[in-house]
Amino acid sequence: MSNPLEDMSKPDVIFCIGTNMTECHPVAATGLKKAVARGAKLIVADPRHIALAEMADVVLPLRVGTDVALLLGMAHVIDREGLVDEAFVSERTEGIEAFREHLARFTPEWAEGLTGVPAADIVQAAVWYGEAERGAIYYTLGITEHICGVDNVQSLSNLALMTGNIGREGTGINPMRGQNNIQGAGDAGALPNNYPGFQAVTDPAHQAKFAELYGHEIDLEKGMTKVTALELCGDKIRAMLIDGENTVVTDPDRSHCEHALKSLDHLVVIDLFLTETAALADVALPATAWGETDGVCTNTERRVQRLRAAVEPAGDARPDWWIVSQIAKRCGFPGFDFESAEDVFNELCSLSPIYAGLDWDVIDKGEFHWPVPERGHPGTPILHQGVFENGRGLFRSLEYRDPAETIDDEFPVWLTTGRRLASYHTRTQTGRSHGIDYLLPEETLEIHPDDVADWGLQDGGLCRMTSARGSVEIKVAATNRSPRGTVFTSFSFNDTPVNYLTGSGYDPVTQTAELKVCPVRLEALPESL
Amino acid sequence: MSDPSSETTVGSIEVDGKNLNFTAGETILEVTRRHGAVSGEPCKIPTLCYDERLDPFGGCRMCVVELEGSHNPVASCARAAEDGMVIRSSTEAVEKHRKTLLEMVCSENRQVDVDPLSGYASQELKELADRYDARSGRFAGKKSGKSREDDPNPFILRDYDQCISCYRCVRVCAEQEGDYAISVKGRGFDTQITVEFDGHLKDSACTFCGQCVQTCPTGALADRKALRHTEVPGEIEKTRTICTYCGVGCSVDILTKGDSMVGVQPAMDGPANHGALCVKGQFAYDFVQHDERLKTPMIRGEDGELHPTSWDVALDKAAQGFLDARDKHGRHSVYAVASGRAPHEAGYTTQKFIRSGFWSNHIDNCSRA
Repeated sequence: MSNPLEDMSKPDVIFCIGTNMTECHPVAATGLKKAVARGAKLIVADPRHIALAEMADVVLPLRVGTDVALLLGMAHVIDREGLVDEAFVSERTEGIEAFREHLARFTPEWAEGLTGVPAADIVQAAVWYGEAERGAIYYTLGITEHICGVDNVQSLSNLALMTGNIGREGTGINPMRGQNNIQGAGDAGALPNNYPGFQAVTDPAHQAKFAELYGHEIDLEKGMTKVTALELCGDKIRAMLIDGENTVVTDPDRSHCEHALKSLDHLVVIDLFLTETAALADVALPATAWGETDGVCTNTERRVQRLRAAVEPAGDARPDWWIVSQIAKRCGFPGFDFESAEDVFNELCSLSPIYAGLDWDVIDKGEFHWPVPERGHPGTPILHQGVFENGRGLFRSLEYRDPAETIDDEFPVWLTTGRRLASYHTRTQTGRSHGIDYLLPEETLEIHPDDVADWGLQDGGLCRMTSARGSVEIKVAATNRSPRGTVFTSFSFNDTPVNYLTGSGYDPVTQTAELKVCPVRLEALPESL
Repeated sequence: MSDPSSETTVGSIEVDGKNLNFTAGETILEVTRRHGAVSGEPCKIPTLCYDERLDPFGGCRMCVVELEGSHNPVASCARAAEDGMVIRSSTEAVEKHRKTLLEMVCSENRQVDVDPLSGYASQELKELADRYDARSGRFAGKKSGKSREDDPNPFILRDYDQCISCYRCVRVCAEQEGDYAISVKGRGFDTQITVEFDGHLKDSACTFCGQCVQTCPTGALADRKALRHTEVPGEIEKTRTICTYCGVGCSVDILTKGDSMVGVQPAMDGPANHGALCVKGQFAYDFVQHDERLKTPMIRGEDGELHPTSWDVALDKAAQGFLDARDKHGRHSVYAVASGRAPHEAGYTTQKFIRSGFWSNHIDNCSRA
């Protein structure tokens, strides 16, 4: 997030797109509800009529995968209505002229044709956001899990740059991170393109810094992403270490994923349970869990916080850092003589410019948002104040692209996937917590009641859902949350493995899977008629 | 709580002979508490319906104080400070009034002493009953609130026999959570805390975030899941950490008795959540001590099955597999995926393993799916 969570109650216009915040980040949503209660306008763009839409001043129920078209239409209106923040644009951005020319043909009426959102509503949303003193954008995976995920984010960036809604309190472009330490995994350097602290591996200066540390050079080329690595398992990739990820159930195109992991010569999985993925391993190693582990995590607002152990580890479980360090030592690699989580974290701080002012003791109370470039620095709750790190903000002239697969006679229904409040990912944790089954006992497919009737299905009955990759049986739940022609489910239940269906395509830059769009067909199962 | 000598002060009031400055909009109670926290002499004005995160309510009248020039005592939680006010917070008359009120409140409840596992604020009534020796029973008789034993939900005990109509649950649900699931039916002795259509929580707008449980001062709304551990011996200890689920990073206290994890409570001073949690953070913690945890290293045997083994054997085999791949297929044949769920130290050592060990950047985390 460019801005801290406490800013969520401060905007006068809030634009939520592709974020089901009340279910996926419920505590963050409480700040937003407070802003709405005190009179802030709420714009919600989502194919489904989610709980946020109930509170919205204008709802933009776009067809799945048409975010770029919607955002181009909004940018067109902001320009047309004279709502561009000219002072901000001339001072801090680049390329507005070309962008304005580009925008000319993307009228709200054009956008309506692709998105299905009435042009008048697109105009209203654009005018509100454009006129806002403090306009803030919030998004989640509904923006990124598309083949055009990068385009979607850049489209949002265009809106914020045009209107100067960045670098100030109560504004910003704010992605909500989904996992407790997914931000921290990136911070720590677990990325193919960055050393710790987002230092690009392609920069020879960074290479030199780490070469000195390790006593040898590291590739100057980026590594491959996990998506590519899974493609090449059994071919170029022969051995894999997976820490705390149930790849088989979370990743798209499950048949492909299972086949990939099985074709490795050597698979080591570190986890809390013998998950579907750990069951495929040659070596499965027990890690200590949350509540058993001392360590550090970074939340979605870049706040660096301490995790503390409260109970003894289960059985012979050990912390992940200890396990990985032991493997490294037994491979004969130097530099793994860590004796505590504190040792490891302090080494990270010493190598990461954004953590340079931090160490284990400094973060004890969780007061700091990175970057903290030196000791005594107060941290950076709001990014991009006064100046962008890379110079000027660039406008991108983007074009709408269709999703990787679009509906046709064979697969005439849009499937979109997501999360539910009471469940977390593949239920390795929530599924083993007493009582959660009372709230969410099984997977269901949410379908508009009129579609249920038209397609010969039955509320509560079973149907077969099939995509180009696979097929599952799933229970039908009739609900007005789903629009006509689009159905929704989560991927939480291994006995309804929806990820056999998904995986139609990947963003060419980030290789994030298009989990939000998958054409399917539905058939009633005889036993349910 | 901010520095009482900050520049934003707009005047001062006298409380029990001490001059206390205040900022715009502060109530008498807020001023007194803020100064108490700084001076090390905590404010002693008692409250029952007060939760500092919520708008003033003034329902329980425990916090009344004498205000010079005012005929009746005033509720310090609701009365804004005004320059020059002279206040006495614990005169004999006020203390007697508080004791009588508490005797009435206590007389309505089945029991005043409830298990601290009930919730974060659950001991407030008990502590005041002790302080004011209010268990006289002299008002015993009619009671309000009827428990909903019929609600089978596994998380929130609805023991309204213990309800004192402070409305903290109603207000926290509306003001903090923004869900407006809890409401009040009837008044006086007929007061009943309830939800839409008087039904079960699951069929209402309730999201089981547990905020009502944590603010209830009597255990009327209680953590049913934690209360399963009432019989576990030992004192309750709290360990401050961060929730394990989404990226919001809510601060929580893990409750333990000995080595048993018995509950979770939100940290009221958590920088990302200020006391708020959701159903997962509040109630989905017991996977940690679940029987199905992987408790020993496993390696695949000749029979194709996984078998338990020692750390030494497993780590050697893990290391050898990576070295074999490197020696046969080159250093780029080894790949690692770090977790978005494990701490920094996991991700850091994993990327270092690849970069320093195999000189490559074949490392990623689980953020692309």
